[in-house]
Amino acid sequence: MKPKQQRLILGIFAVLAVSGAGFLALSALESKAAYFYSPSDLATSDVEPGKAFRLGGMVADKSIIREPDGVTMRFVVQDESNRQSVVFKGIAPDLFKENSGVIAEGSLDASGQFIATNLLAKHDEKYMPPKLDGKMHKTGEVSQ
Amino acid sequence: MIAEAGHAALWFAGAMALLQFALGALGLTDRYQSLRGSAAPVAVVQMVLTCLSFLCLIIVFMRSDMSVLLVATNSHSDKPWLYKFAGTWGNHEGSMLLWVTILAIGGATVALFERALDVRTKTATLAAQGAIALGFYAFLLFSSNPFARIDPAPANGQGLNPLLQDPGLAFHPPTLYMGYVGMSVAFSFAVGALVTRDVGPTFARAMRPWILGAWIFLTIGITAGSYWAYYELGWGGWWFWDPVENASLMPWLAATALLHSVTVLATRDSLRAWTIMLSVVAFSMSMIGTFLVRSGILTSVHSFAVDPRRGGFILMLLALYIGGALALFALRINTVREGNRFEAISREGSLVFNNLLLSIILVIVLIGTLYPLALEATTGTKISVGAPYFNSTAGPVTLVLLIGMAAGPLMRWRFDQAKKVAERLALPALALALAALLLAAFAGPIGILPLLGLVVAAGVAAASIAPLWKRNLRRTPLFTWGMVIAHLGCAVSMAGMAADSAFTKEALVAMQIGQTQQIGPYSVTLNKVTEEPGPNWSALDAEMIVRKGDDAPFTVHPQSRTFTDPPMETNESAITTAWNGQLYLVIGIPKDNAGFPVRFYWKPFVTLIWIGGIFIALGGLLSLFGRVNRDLFSIRRLFGKKVAAS
Amino acid sequence: MRRVLLWAPFVFFASLFAVFASGLLNPVDRSVPSGLVGRSVPAFELPGMLDPAQPVSAASLATGKPKILNVFASWCVPCVQEAPALMQLQSRDVEIIGIAIHDRPDALRKFLSENGNPYAAIGDDANSRTQIAFGSAGVPETFVVDGKGVVRYQHIGIVKPNDVAIIMAKLKEAQ
Repeated sequence: MKPKQQRLILGIFAVLAVSGAGFLALSALESKAAYFYSPSDLATSDVEPGKAFRLGGMVADKSIIREPDGVTMRFVVQDESNRQSVVFKGIAPDLFKENSGVIAEGSLDASGQFIATNLLAKHDEKYMPPKLDGKMHKTGEVSQ
Repeated sequence: MIAEAGHAALWFAGAMALLQFALGALGLTDRYQSLRGSAAPVAVVQMVLTCLSFLCLIIVFMRSDMSVLLVATNSHSDKPWLYKFAGTWGNHEGSMLLWVTILAIGGATVALFERALDVRTKTATLAAQGAIALGFYAFLLFSSNPFARIDPAPANGQGLNPLLQDPGLAFHPPTLYMGYVGMSVAFSFAVGALVTRDVGPTFARAMRPWILGAWIFLTIGITAGSYWAYYELGWGGWWFWDPVENASLMPWLAATALLHSVTVLATRDSLRAWTIMLSVVAFSMSMIGTFLVRSGILTSVHSFAVDPRRGGFILMLLALYIGGALALFALRINTVREGNRFEAISREGSLVFNNLLLSIILVIVLIGTLYPLALEATTGTKISVGAPYFNSTAGPVTLVLLIGMAAGPLMRWRFDQAKKVAERLALPALALALAALLLAAFAGPIGILPLLGLVVAAGVAAASIAPLWKRNLRRTPLFTWGMVIAHLGCAVSMAGMAADSAFTKEALVAMQIGQTQQIGPYSVTLNKVTEEPGPNWSALDAEMIVRKGDDAPFTVHPQSRTFTDPPMETNESAITTAWNGQLYLVIGIPKDNAGFPVRFYWKPFVTLIWIGGIFIALGGLLSLFGRVNRDLFSIRRLFGKKVAAS
Repeated sequence: MRRVLLWAPFVFFASLFAVFASGLLNPVDRSVPSGLVGRSVPAFELPGMLDPAQPVSAASLATGKPKILNVFASWCVPCVQEAPALMQLQSRDVEIIGIAIHDRPDALRKFLSENGNPYAAIGDDANSRTQIAFGSAGVPETFVVDGKGVVRYQHIGIVKPNDVAIIMAKLKEAQ
C-alpha cells in the first residue's frame, strides 16, 4: 500500500465515521427529542402517556394549590384557548408564580394530568411566552 | 475621556490588524520579500493598543462611570468591586473586547517567540492572524461598541444578573476565551502551512504548544463551568447539555483530537492533511461557539443579550474564515506531499481510532445542539434536545473511546502485534473484571450505562498507569507523565460521572423547625431560619445541623437570596464535601404554613468528576513543559551544530 | 472520488451556514404587541406607590380625558432615557399615570428626584400582575388610553423625543 492509497482510505474512513455519526444522531433524535407543546397543541395532538415533552404557557390565575405535604403543588397551565392541569413535586423556581410564564418538563399520566419533573421559569425580566399577551386577560379580573 | 481613549485605541488596533494582514500577505509574494519581517512588530503594536483599550474599559467599570451605556446597563455602584471588575466581560461588548484582546496577545506571542518555523510560514501565519483580528475589530467597532455613551447619564445602573454575581464568573469566560483564541493560533498556523505547503514535523512542533495551551484552558474552563452550574443553579446536576455548555465542549472535543493527531505528525510525520483539517475544525467550533452564545440564536438557560444584526455579522465572519480555510484546504491539500505510512495495529492506528471516535462524538453533539434550530427554521416545530438524547448516543461512544484510550499508549509506533498488545492489556483487563465482580456483588441494582462506566473506568485507570510499568520513573520524560496523568484523569472523571448517576440519593421534604431528615449516611436537622442582609440582596438563611454517626455535628447554611437590582431570587445551595462524596442542600421559599421546602442530595464520589478534570488539565500542563523543554533543547542543539559547522 | 472527498468538509459547513442563516433571518419576534389595543383596560386596582391616598385603578383611567399609562421601574436604565420625553409630554398638559414594576418607594423617590416626576399618580405593581394584564412584556412601555378607558395605542420601548409628536397625535385622536 502506498502512502497515497492510505490517505485515501483514511479520508473515506473519516467521511464514513462522520456521516455514520450524523445518521446515528438523527435517528436518536427521532425518539429522544422532547417536543414543545402549548396546551392548545396538546389538545389537538394525541400524545401518549409517559412520553416526555415540554409544556409551555401561563400559570392560570389562582390555580396554584399546595398539597398538605408542603412539597407537592398543582396548577393549571393555559394559553388563549386551552388549559392543562399539572402536578409538580419539588422546589419551584424563583420566578414561578401565577399569571407568569412557565415551561414544565415531564409527561402525561394515564388520567391526562401532566406530571412535571422540572419547572423552568426564565430568569429574565423581559421574558414572556409569545402569543400569550393581553388577549387571554380580556375576561379575567386582575386584583391585588 | 477614558472611554474615548479606549475607543480610539480600538480603532488604531484595527488599523494595525489591517496593516499586519497586508504586510504579511505582500511579504509572501516574491516581489515584496523585504516586507516579511515587518508583520511581527505590527502584531506587537496591535497587542499593546488592544490591551490599552481593554484596560480603559476595566477602569470605566471600576469607576462605575454611568455615562457609558455598557456600564449603565450592566453595572451598579453598590456592587462589590470584584463584580464590577468581572462585570467588564460579563456582557456582550465587553466579552468580545476580551476576545480580541486575547487574540492580539496570541498573535504578538507568535510574532515574538516563534523561532522554529520557516519564515514564510510564519509570515503567512501572522497574515492569517491579522485577518481574523481585523474581522473582530470591525465587529466591535461597527456593531458592538463597548464605549458608547448615553446622554443623559442615569444616576445608577441596571446591575448584573445575580446568577452571574459569583466569583466563578470572574475567571470562567476568560479561561474559555483563552482556549478559543489559542485555537485561532493553531488555525492561523494551518492556513499559513497550506499557503506555503510546508506541512511536517517542524510545523507540528511549532503548533503543538499552542494546541496544548488552548486545550488546557478549555479543560479548565469546562471543568470550572460545570462546577459553577452545579453549585449555583441548585439543581444538583453538573452538566445540562445546554447549548452554551455544548458550545464549549465542541471545541474541546476537536482540540483533543487535534492534540493527538499533531503528536503523530510531530513524531512520525503522518496524518498531515488530517491534522490541518482538524486545526480548521477546532477553530471553527470555537467561532461557532462564540456565534451560538453571542447571537442568541438558540435559547438556553444562559440568556445573553440578543441582537440579530450582531449574529449576522459574526455569521459573515464565520463564513469568510471557515469557508475560506476549507476552500483553501480543498484546493491545496493535494499538493502537500503524503506523510509516512503505518499499519492498522500501531500507535498511529490507535490515534486514528481516537480521532474518528472524537469526531463522531463531536458530530453527535453538534447535531443535537443545532437540530432544534434547523427544525424550527424549516417546519416551525419547537423541540428541545436534552440529556436523554446526548447520554444515549454520546455515552456509549465515549465508553468505546475510553477502551481505545486504554490500549493506545501500550502500542508501538508504526506496527505492532495484536498478541503482544493483548498481553500488555492483561493486567488492566484483570482490574476491569475485578471491578465488575465487586459491583455485581455489592452495589445492588444500577443502570447499565453507569455500571459499564464504573467498570471501564477501573480498567482504564489501570491501563493508563501501565506505560510507567518497569520504567525508571525518574528518567521518564515529562510528557509521558503528562499523558499518564491526563488519561488517568479521564478514568477518574468517568468514575465520578458513573458513580453520581448510579448512587445519588435524593429527598424532598417540607421541613418544620426542629424536624430531622435522613439522607445517605447523614441526618440533617433544621435548626432555625433567619433573614440575613447581604451587600445587594437579602436572604432567607436556614441553619441546619448535620450529624453522621458519632462524628461531631456541624452546621450548614443554605440560602434563598432576593436581589434588588435587578429584582430576582436565587437559591444558594449548601454543599458539604466529604472524602466519599458531597451533601447538597437547597432551601426554597415557604408558602403558607406547610414548612420550608428543602431538597437533599447525597452524591457519592461526585467530586471525582472535577478532580478528574483537574488531572486532565495538569497532565496537559506537564506535557506542555516537557515538550517545550525538549523542543527548545533540540533547536538549541541544531543551532549549536550550525555554529560549529560554520 | 478524491475531489468529492476534499470538498466534503466545505459542503458540510456550507449547509451549517444555511441553517444558521435561516435561523437568523426568521428570528423569533421578541416584541410582543398587546392584544388590548382597541379594548377596555383590564380591571385592576393598585395601591399608590408614594401616596397611599392616591391608588391607581381602571376607574382612574376612565375619567373622560385621554391619558398616558407608563409602565416603568426605577431600576430600568432605558426608563431614565425616556424621562425627558415624558417631562415634555407633561409640560403639554398630558396626564401621565405610572405603573412601577418590582419597585420600592425609596428607590422610586430617588429616581424621580434625579430624572423629574412627570406622573400624576404611580401605582405599585410589585409582582407585575397588572403589567401582564396589560399585555406588556417588559419595561418601559407606554399606552394611550381614551376617556372611556379604552386602550388606543401601545408604544414598546423608550419614548424618544421624536415619538412625542406621534403620542400627541394619538391622544388627539382619542379625544
